[in-house]
Amino acid sequence: MIQKALKRAAGFVVILLILSLCVFALLYAAPGDPAEKRLTAQGVAVTKEVLDAERERLGLLKPFFVRYGEWLFSVIRGDFGVSFKDDMPVGPKLFQGLKNTLILTVSSLALSLVLSFVLSVFSVLRKDKITDHLVRVLSFISNALPNFLISVLLMYLLCIRWKLFPVIAKGDLQGLFMPVISLSIPMTGRFIRQMRAEFLNQMSQDYVTGMRARGVKMRYIMFNVIRNALGHIFTIVALQIGTLMGGSVVIETIFRWPGIGKLVMDSITARDYPVIMGFVIIMGSIYVIINQISDLLGHALDPRGAEE
Amino acid sequence: MKKKQRLKIRIIIMSVLVLLLLLLTTGAGWFAPNDPYATSAAAIRTAPCTEYPFGTDNLGRCVCSRVLYGGRTTIAATFFLVAVSFGIGTFIGMLCGYFGGALDRILMRIADIVLAFPQMVVAIAVAGILGGGLSGAMVALGITMWVSFARLARSHTFVLKNEAFIKAALFAGKSHIYILCVHILPNLLAPVLTNALTQIGTTMIGLSGLSFLGLGVVPPVTEWGSMISEARAYIQIAPWAVLFPALATIMTIILFNYLGDVIMDYREV
Repeated sequence: MIQKALKRAAGFVVILLILSLCVFALLYAAPGDPAEKRLTAQGVAVTKEVLDAERERLGLLKPFFVRYGEWLFSVIRGDFGVSFKDDMPVGPKLFQGLKNTLILTVSSLALSLVLSFVLSVFSVLRKDKITDHLVRVLSFISNALPNFLISVLLMYLLCIRWKLFPVIAKGDLQGLFMPVISLSIPMTGRFIRQMRAEFLNQMSQDYVTGMRARGVKMRYIMFNVIRNALGHIFTIVALQIGTLMGGSVVIETIFRWPGIGKLVMDSITARDYPVIMGFVIIMGSIYVIINQISDLLGHALDPRGAEE
Repeated sequence: MKKKQRLKIRIIIMSVLVLLLLLLTTGAGWFAPNDPYATSAAAIRTAPCTEYPFGTDNLGRCVCSRVLYGGRTTIAATFFLVAVSFGIGTFIGMLCGYFGGALDRILMRIADIVLAFPQMVVAIAVAGILGGGLSGAMVALGITMWVSFARLARSHTFVLKNEAFIKAALFAGKSHIYILCVHILPNLLAPVLTNALTQIGTTMIGLSGLSFLGLGVVPPVTEWGSMISEARAYIQIAPWAVLFPALATIMTIILFNYLGDVIMDYREV
């Protein structure tokens, strides 16, 4: 057991090291000079001497592995460095953004899960009836909608056509509504498709046939089916976390939600390396941790596959 | 049997629609009513009319022509990306499955690590760092895309390798390359191609999402995501400049997703 846990922890560290090294190397090799961007943004005339001094100050002249090593050790100590743009420490900014992003993503995930769970159970109970077809068509369509498109269409309908919401939302509950809906719609579609398939798979198992033959009430059968499908549902959710993270960057940019995604989009154009690296490492850790947990939970809930 | 027949008809209908779409976009030069890049100060934000069937945008450019030309960019980029990932992934998967050993272990370990990256997060960072441009966005999405093809091809090769006809070919003195190309490849093509088809919709969403963020195509090249992003600013005055490219995107993704689904069902029946 301890050996297994250590193995997982080692895997986690290796993946994050490789991910950060790749992105760092890419930043190193990519065109675009942060020193130059910063000087032009400040309105300083760019001469060779000023540029070299600025590069020296930002530590851009050191060799690649020295820079990566320095960055790595300060991140391990919890220091994400100083922004190239305004000399403020990056850590607090990132975590403030992360908090807002979590508010957005967790509420979208919760909404999608509740909706898709109810609808897929409903759809399985009335298989091949009109409700089932309706749920299937709706989930198919919503699965095909890119979330930036949903948000633009929502803005058009709710803010401009029907004037239900102000066009520029504040950071309150009302401001949360449209971003959450935009993130939830495609995710709900995917969840329904996968949950419905898993429920139907369970329904075709022998134990359900047996229960039916014994005249067990549908309520109890469904209870068992759901319990047995739970492990699979965790995997489905974990697989969507990556898409959700990407989607939140898009949605935050559109709705000006002050999350980590909007922060990184603002930083990409300014070549603010510490912010980009911090974003990759934080989102990467969350993603890898969630996947590891879902693996463990999946094995705990369905021990059949755990022998290998 | 009846179900199979029904699915077959659906596949034919969908394929015809897809071909029609490809024809419309690749032949954009013939079908477009106007020049997609020609600006016109006299016709800024004109509502749909006979001259401009989908209206015009902020610079007086014909939205209908831009949707057709933009479709060419979106669809061509998606097909190219899926085709390249398909090629690389299938090649790697076949090698791993056929030869096994250290090569297999190393490549599959790399695949595991790539899969452990959050795809869209990496794509946004990479596309941003590489700085605008369609090729940057395609590289960013392609980094993780080959893995599913490699895994699928590997598992099928693994099974095929032990079939009697492969053994027979080996005894007959055929080379490994000959066996891979003539016996293994044609046999795993169907499942891997089906996977490619189901990837088209997701890839299109990813690519147009990156373009929407300004990390994809560089203006003035037309692309649906960037058209929607541009026209979003004046959606109050000219909603058609957003609605038509949006409609085109949704219809195209639904079309490809549905075709993928039906073919999957057909193969299972």
